[in-house]
This record gives sequence, structure tokens and C-alpha cells, in this order.
Amino acid sequence: MEDSVEDLYQHLIIERARAPHHAGRLVHIDGEAEGNNPMCGDQVHLMFARGDGDVVQEFAHQTHGCAICIASADLLGDVVLGRHLDEITSTVDAFEEMIRTGVRPTRRSEFDKLAAFAGVHAYRSRHRCATLAWQAARTAIIRMMEAHHG
Amino acid sequence: MSVATALSGCLDVERIREDFPILAERVHDKPLVYLDSAASAQKPRVVIDVMARAMEKQYANVHRGLHWLSERCSDAYEGARDKVARFLNAEREEIVFVRNATEAINLVSYTFGHAALEPGNAVAVSQMEHHANLVPWQMLRDARGIELRIVKVTECGEIDFDDLAQVFADRRVKLLAITHMSNVLGTYTPVERLVAFAHAHGAQVLVDGAQAVVHRRVDVRALDVDFYVFSGHKLYGPTGIGVLYGRRTLLQSMPPFLGGGDMIGSVSYERSTWAEPPYRFEAGTPAIVEAIGLGTAIDYIQGIGFDAIAAHERALTDHALRTLSGIPGLKIIGNAQDRGGIVAFTLNQIHAHDVATLLDKQGIAVRAGHHCAEPLAHRFGVDSTARASFGIYTTSAEIDLLAAGIERLKKVFS
Repeated sequence: MEDSVEDLYQHLIIERARAPHHAGRLVHIDGEAEGNNPMCGDQVHLMFARGDGDVVQEFAHQTHGCAICIASADLLGDVVLGRHLDEITSTVDAFEEMIRTGVRPTRRSEFDKLAAFAGVHAYRSRHRCATLAWQAARTAIIRMMEAHHG
Repeated sequence: MSVATALSGCLDVERIREDFPILAERVHDKPLVYLDSAASAQKPRVVIDVMARAMEKQYANVHRGLHWLSERCSDAYEGARDKVARFLNAEREEIVFVRNATEAINLVSYTFGHAALEPGNAVAVSQMEHHANLVPWQMLRDARGIELRIVKVTECGEIDFDDLAQVFADRRVKLLAITHMSNVLGTYTPVERLVAFAHAHGAQVLVDGAQAVVHRRVDVRALDVDFYVFSGHKLYGPTGIGVLYGRRTLLQSMPPFLGGGDMIGSVSYERSTWAEPPYRFEAGTPAIVEAIGLGTAIDYIQGIGFDAIAAHERALTDHALRTLSGIPGLKIIGNAQDRGGIVAFTLNQIHAHDVATLLDKQGIAVRAGHHCAEPLAHRFGVDSTARASFGIYTTSAEIDLLAAGIERLKKVFS
């Protein structure tokens, strides 16, 4: 079975699901959002703190769900730290596109890791597991931008 | 003789498997192990063939044309109603064709519920209902100002009769709507006892038989139920056809559900009158081919016989409970004394979705989630479970494959 699950349950996903790097809470929060999948009880809560300008300085998530969902929220954390909110939104779009198509975006170095989720494409019922955190990230970013510029 | 045959006594599972073309399919290049019959059962060749033949040889609309094809098709459609009536030990006028068990419950809610219940009355359901037997009553509650009461289930997954007595104590409950077999816990409810209790307290009883009717002989007269509902697609028949049994006097007292063709006595611009049951509740062109398919599915399982089917289910369930409970970290939800071929479980810290996907990779189809019984999952302190469910074609060897598959997927997370 090990060969046939590689496309979906890559080592990176299992590792991050077991021991997430960004799990926890922030003391100071500039933006946050939650995501729920009532079909399976998956829940994510994302917290962001901004540094100078629109750059994310701190990130944490509390995720309750399957391995795909937890690992996805955690690798989101790898991608957002030190990056501008606009850039993150672009990555969110590209991530969702990858889940929809199964094709890794070209010329985007952050997808060296995120490409681990490309195999989820083949499992329509699991798309939501992979994208739950990313949809919540989009909401949190919009809130932060509105709060900052509004 | 195969292990499966030996275990099940008189059911020749290998012979039965040959009747189901899909069981020869491969999934991810592995032989299909289909353990999701409680969601929907596979179809025997005779059902597939009779539906194709109905469309190829004798199809027309029913109850309308005075031509030969319409007459033949009407005969086949009404013949299916006769088969369902005999199957449940009911009269043909008591058998209403609907889309599925969900529609049947909604029908009763909209007709009986609106006509017979009034503010101050209550409907009681149990904690282990499928959403289909909960949400329609919530909608009725909100529309009619009645009360909805929930009868508790015990930790082992049985009806809590002490709580039932409390729910009925003020005699405001006018309808008990309850499952015959939980689609999560596999619990069979003691319907005769529940009906006797409800009737003694002035309430009528609707039984959701979507799961139970597949495994056990149902005699609506012996059970003394007022309504009994089931879906064709879980009974090895097609989708799009289900059955509402209603006691004749009750159906006669109920207003129509949907309005349109076929359900009327006469129509003028000023007013219309209603047909007698069951046609009063069958507006528009019905699922003709599907009803014929259901009739054949009933013939098929009656040909096998419920004594053999029930014995097979008992043997499989015992084998599954023994085998799965031996897997470290695996917890089976519910352990009712009278339970059947549905086993929902959790596995250590591995989410049910991951369990289902990793089993699927091995060709094993199970369901994962709350199984349309979200409040019940919460009652047992879980968000989701994986569920294996069995049909007449399930073998004990497939249960062994499930157990081996679970052991293998645990290694991915170890």
C-alpha cells in the first residue's frame, strides 16, 4: 500500500499532522478567521500578527481534523511568515487552483512544499480538507487589510 | 465450501456474489471490497435487467393512456405495489410510492403532521435518528408550534426506556418517530414494545425502516405500526423509489402532499377533490421503471429468504465485532444487545476521513463522517467515525481484509 498512498499521504503531510510547527495561540492578534466543515467536524482557527507594513510576522493555528487538514494549515504557516498580505493572497489562489487541477504551479518556490497536496485533487471529497485553512486565510487577510487601510 | 458459507449456515454467498456484476470490478487495481451497503446497496443483475427491459419493451406513462403499452406498464407498476404490500403484510391501498425514506417522512410530516397535530402536542424522536427522521420534525415544530422531544439512548446505544416514560408522561406526545435500526450504532430498536408503549399513551408511531428492512422480515400488522418507511436503493433496488406504508384509516384522513396529475378525483377552476389513497399522495408521473425495479429486488431477496439473510448478518456481525475489537486503538461505537451489520468505529488519533481514504487505496469502501446523524456522534463524544456495513454479498473474508487494511493504514501514521 505504501507506494499507492504516496501521492496523497506524503511523508511531509504525515509529519506535520503528527507534530505541527505552528500549532498554538498568539498573544497579540491583528487578524484571525475560523473555518468549519460540518460534514466531518474539521475546524481551523488561524491567527496572524503583522509587522511593518502588510508583512506577516507571526502566525499560529488551532486545527482539529484529519491529517490533510492539519498539515495544510501548518504548511500555510510556513508560507505566510515574512510575506506581504498581497503575496499570500496570490499563493492562496494558486493553492486552490492546484487542488482543483492537480497541477503544481510553475515558477513558485513556495510550492516546493505545497506540491505535497497536489494528490488531493484525485479525491473530490477531500478537497475541502486541504483548502479549509486557505479559505480561512483569505478571510483573515481581507479583515486585516480592511482594518489597516479602511 | 467457503469460509463465508460455513459461517452463514444456509446462505451461499459466493453464488449470491455472482448475481452482482459490480462486485467483479477492481478499485485502484485491487478487488473491490464493498462495505458501504448501509449507504446504498449494490444491484443484482435481475434488477438491472428488468429495468432495461421495462424501457426497451413495455414503457409508457401509467394510469393514462388507453393503449396497450400504457396498460402493460401500469400492470407492471401496480404489480410492484402488490409485491411491496405482500412484502410488508399490508394492503395495496396502504402502499404509497415515494422517492425514498426521507420523502416518506416529509410526506407524513406535511400531511399527518399539519392536519392532526396542533400547538401543545409533541412529536418524539430518539437520539439515534438519521437526520431524515429529525429535520422534518424540526421543520414541523417551527411551522406548527408543536414541541419536539428527544428520547435518550443509553451508553451502549439502546433506547433509554426510563427517559421514554418521562417524555411521554404528560401524554402530549402524539407521534413517536423512531428508527428500526440505527445507521450508525447498528442497534435494532424493540419496535413492538415501543409501539405498545406509544399506543397506550395515545401516540401514533412512524418507524424509519431504511436500514432494518434490508436484514429482517418486516410485518407491519405484527409490529402494529402506523407508518413504516424505507428506500428502494438500500434494498438492492434502484434509487429514486421508496415506500410509505400508512395504516389505511390514517392515510384516508390525511390531506394530499403534492398537488398535480394523478392525485385528484375531479378538477374544476373553482375546486378539486382528491383521489383515494395511495394515489392521493402520488402526484405527477411516478418513478415507473424504478418501482418495477424495486418489485424485482423484493422478489430477489424473498427468493433468498429472510431466515438465511438474518443468519448471515448475525454471523458477519459477530465475526466483525470479534475481529475489529481485537485491533489496538480501535473503538466500536455502541454495543447494543440486539445489533446488526453496521459497525462504526474510531481509531486512536487517526481521523475517520484518513481511515476511509487509506482503506479506499486498498480497494475497501467504507463511509466516514457523522453519517447524517450529527447529534448522535456528539452524544458519543466524537465528530466522525468510519463505518463498515454489510449486505447479503459480504463475506467474512472481506471483514478480515478490512481488519488487515486497518492494521496497514496504522503503519502509515506510526
